[in-house]
Parts: sequence; structure tokens; C-alpha cells
Amino acid sequence: MSNNVDNTTNEKEQASGRRQFLGWGAAMAGLAIAPGITLFDLAHGRAPEEAASSKVRWGMLIDSGKCATGCDDCVSACGTENGFSGKLETDSQWIRKIELKDMRNGNSHSLPMMCQHCENPPCVDVCPTGASFKRADGIVLVDRHICIGCRYCMMACPYKARSFVHEELHDQNPDVPRGKGCVESCTLCVHRIDRGGQPACADACSAAGHNAILFGDLNDPNSEISKRVASSATTQVRADLNLNVGVRYQGI
Amino acid sequence: MNFEAFNKIEERAFYALVAALGLVVLFGLGAAHYMETHGHIVTGMNNQIVWGLPHVFALFLIVAASGVLNVASIGSVFGKTIYKARAPLSGLLAIAMLAGGLTVLMLDLGRADRLIVAMTHFNFKSVFALNVILYTGFFAIVATYLWTMMERKMYGYSKYVGFAAFIWRLALTTATGSIFGFLVARQGFGSALLAPMFIIMSFSYGLAVFIVVQSFMYAWVGMKLDPAILRRMKNLLATFVGAVFYFTIVYHMTNMYFAKQWAFERFILLEGGVFTSLFWIGQILIGTFIPLAILLHPTLGKKSRAVFLSALLIILGAFAQLYVLIIGSQAFPLDLFPGMQQSSSFFDGAIHAYHPSLPEFLLGMGGIGIALLLTTVAVRVLRFIPQDDFRQISKEMLTD
Repeated sequence: MSNNVDNTTNEKEQASGRRQFLGWGAAMAGLAIAPGITLFDLAHGRAPEEAASSKVRWGMLIDSGKCATGCDDCVSACGTENGFSGKLETDSQWIRKIELKDMRNGNSHSLPMMCQHCENPPCVDVCPTGASFKRADGIVLVDRHICIGCRYCMMACPYKARSFVHEELHDQNPDVPRGKGCVESCTLCVHRIDRGGQPACADACSAAGHNAILFGDLNDPNSEISKRVASSATTQVRADLNLNVGVRYQGI
Repeated sequence: MNFEAFNKIEERAFYALVAALGLVVLFGLGAAHYMETHGHIVTGMNNQIVWGLPHVFALFLIVAASGVLNVASIGSVFGKTIYKARAPLSGLLAIAMLAGGLTVLMLDLGRADRLIVAMTHFNFKSVFALNVILYTGFFAIVATYLWTMMERKMYGYSKYVGFAAFIWRLALTTATGSIFGFLVARQGFGSALLAPMFIIMSFSYGLAVFIVVQSFMYAWVGMKLDPAILRRMKNLLATFVGAVFYFTIVYHMTNMYFAKQWAFERFILLEGGVFTSLFWIGQILIGTFIPLAILLHPTLGKKSRAVFLSALLIILGAFAQLYVLIIGSQAFPLDLFPGMQQSSSFFDGAIHAYHPSLPEFLLGMGGIGIALLLTTVAVRVLRFIPQDDFRQISKEMLTD
């Protein structure tokens, strides 16, 4: 009987030792991987050879309550980042500030408007050559090599988000190739995203202290943007078209 | 005047006509080159009005190209003799006008040099890409159709190829109308009605062009069109003009029924300035009421000059209609936030202005020049002038 008791005690001790070893092992492994995971979480960057993943859906949440009337820091930042300026009818404007006034109660709002990075983009549907395309991570782009400049996408876009380059360009940002005779629009600063950054407009808005533009992964339930989209009422502009846009608004 | 002297004068006149048309084409190509090197900054188009005057010309030519083939279809498919005699000219005009229209469309591209890209990269969800295939096929089918009509050995196939061309043409114009019909964003477009409306517009524009060209050719050689044939053709033209008018009413009535479209309708019909004037004076008065009054008038309608004049007015009205439809619909701002007053540096909420420039006009005229030049040369080298067999016609008239 006592033998039996001893055996049981031994087995218990051995099992506890194994558990301890496994526990320590797991902790060590966790410690080794953690910085990598943390860095990945912080940066979202990916290697150049790695393709964009559909597990991610980049998007923005714009709080018009925080967006100041008269401030156009996001617009200037976009121009500086992507290499354009000017407000003529023929000038490119990837982002613009719209001032709204409710005709029923007189309330006014201010908000930035840009490509809404639709899940079902009309510009991609109508493009004859396939130059307008949606990347796996939800960013809608124009392939400058096969855009023939027919402007059908501009006719199709419900947000007037696209611009046509009407004249020769100089002093371009090498990260953002643009060209006369092609159509272009907000790229969500894809070159920054691929390096782990966020769009210039969102940075500029934070720098100005407004924090009206929140950028993030709509597919990640733990991201701040997903949490806010889940917890508060947000709006899709022209929701009637059912395009499931990547840019959401709050406060309108 | 003896025959030889007439021949000499006629030859000179022919070369003068070819030279004049060649000059128009040259000016068009020059304008395209100017636009290509400087960019669209030299045109009246901008980021608000993205399709302008070149598209009005191109659309007219493409829509009329499909419609002008109607004359051949009535002959081959529906077996009417007087139209059969006109089938070759109708096929020729269809090819020539499509060539003119597509040239304008292509030369207006931001990157016209990338035509090869457009021919090798296809997004089959795009109705534009579908149109590229339909246009190319149209050339092939109508060219084959002309061959079966002009080569004695191929006569037997004419009816079948004619039928294929008829179906193809309906598909083509449906797709042309759908370029606008599939645009969900803009209030003037986004309606399935545009597809059948474009088909009936093509019937009207095409027949008007045919009558103008035929009258010109008959006057050139000093022939006179038989009054019975004239009566048939002008009655058909009046029917088509009436049908376009009917579709126009239905289009606007539908819009007026939807509260969200009221502002747009008010713009086009009442407050749109040049667009309102072009609608009421251009499309409705000059392009519809006056030609209908002439064509249906008991005495005027029998005069070939009056019929010629109404066909010209219908063409003018067609330009007005396309201008209002294509440019007017872009001039009205997109309504992103219904019920809100909108303003921005990108002209949100504002009526967009469009001032067509000379290069755009010259490019458009160049397209018409190409169509007419191709027709003039082809008519000279091959037998395209309608020759009527009156024994057959009188038999047909009795049975109708």
C-alpha cells in the first residue's frame, strides 16, 4: 500500500516537473517571439516580396466632430506627400475639404473627402483595360502603365474622387509616380503603408491635434478603428449604392 | 453641255471635294496632336466635365453608324426592294462613320499612344471593353456584308450575313447606351432606359444621315429620287423622330416622378442656361417639332429639298441632344450628402462650367471629315449609288 503511495507521489512529482519544463519552455519561446510580434503589430510593415494580404482591410474613420472648419492640414499634407498643388478645375485634388450645411436645421459640418476605397468599386468595374484595380488589402489604385486616360472611371466614381492629369508634371516624388494623360486618386499613401506607416493626412491631422482621422485595419477586431466602428454609429457616404466603403464617417 | 465636258467638270469637283475633306481631316489630326503634346489643359474639359465636345461628336458618329445600317437591314432582313438597292451605301456609311467616331474617341484619350494596351488588356466586366469588341466585330461583319452584296458569287449569303449584322448592330447600340446606363453615380445616367433609347436614336440619326448623303449623291450626278421612294423614307424618318421624342418624354417623366431627381430635372429643363436652351430650342424645336411638321406636311413633305432640310435639322437636334445628355449630366453636381448644402475647393455642390475649345471642335469635325472622305472615295471607285429597279418596286408598292 505504502509502495503504491510512493509511486503515486513520484508520478505526481515527475508530472509537475514536466509541466514546469513545458511552462518555462513556452515562456522562453514567447519571450523570443514577442519582440517580433510586437514590432509587427506596431508597424504592419511587410517584406517587399510579400504580397498584400486580404486578411487586412485598410480603412479610415473620420470624425467630422473633431474636424475643424477652415483647417486643411490633411489636404496640404497630401499635396506635399504626393506632389501636387493648385485648386484650378484642371488640377488634381486627391483629397478636399467639404463644408456642409444642413438645410433643415442649419447645422454645419466639415470633413475631408477622398477615394473611399470601396469593396465593390465602380471605377474598377468600368475600367476597360483593368488599370483601375483593388489590391488584396482593400486599397483601390490605378496602374499607371495600362491606364489609357479614357476617364470612364471618373464618370463612374460617386465621390468625384479621381483626377485626370491635364499637363506635363515636374519635380515628382519618386515614391508616387504620376503622369500626364492618366487618371489618379488617393492611394491611401500605399507607399507609406507598405513601409509600416500611415497616410500623410492622418499624420497631419494628429500633428494638428485634431485626431479626426483614424487609420487602421478594419478586419482586425482588436484594432482601434474596428472597435470604434463596432461601438459607435458610423456612416458610409452614398450608403444607398451598397459599395461597402473603406472610409467611414462619424458625426454627420 | 456635252458629256465629255461634264465629265471633266465632275472630275474637278470630285478632287476639290476630296481636298476640302482632306483638309478637315488634317485639321482634326493637327488638333489631336496639339492636345496630345500639351495635355488636356488646352481643351475645355477638366476634372468636373471629363467628357466634352469630342465625345458628343464621337457618340453621334458611332450611334448614327449603327443606325444607318438600318436601311440595309430593312432591305435584307425584311425584304423591302427599295431598301435593298440602298443596302451597299448604307453598309459603307456604317463603316465610314464608325471609323470616324472611333478615331475621335481614340485621339481624345489621355494616352492615345497606348491604343495597343486597349486592344490587348480587357476587363470583361467593363461595358467599354465590350464595346471595343463589338466595334471591331461590327467592322468585320459589315465588310463581309458588303462583300456578299457586291460579289455576284456571294449573293446567296447576303441575307444571312445581313441578319447577323442586324443583331450585332442592336447589341452594339445597346452597349453604347449602357456606357451611360451603367453609371450609378450620376443622376442623368444610371437608367436601363438609355439602352433602347440609344437604339431608337440611332435609327433616327442614321436615317437622317443616309437621306442627306443620298440627296447629295443624286444631286451630284443629276439623278432624281422617285417620289414614292422619297415618301416611304420620309415617313419612316418621321416615325423614328416621333419615337425618340416619346423616349425623351418617358426619360424626363420618370425622373420627375422621383423626388431625388427633381433638382436635376429643374436644371436641365428650366435653369440650366445653355443646356436648357439646347434642350428646348436645339433638341425639341429644331430637332423634333420643325422636322416633324415638314415631314408630315401634305405638300412640303413631298418635296425632296424639304425632306433634305428636315434631315439636316434632325442631325443638328441630335448634336444638341447628345450635348445635353453627355455634358449637361456632368455639369450638374454629384449629390454626396442629400439635404445638405455642399461646398469645397473641388467645386462640390456647384454647377460646373464647360467652355469647349477650338481643338476639341476641330477634332470632332475631323471625325466627320474621315467618315465623309471614306464615303466619297469609296463611292467613286465602287458602285454604291442606289439604283432602283422600278419594275420590282411598282410590284412591291402594289402589294403593300
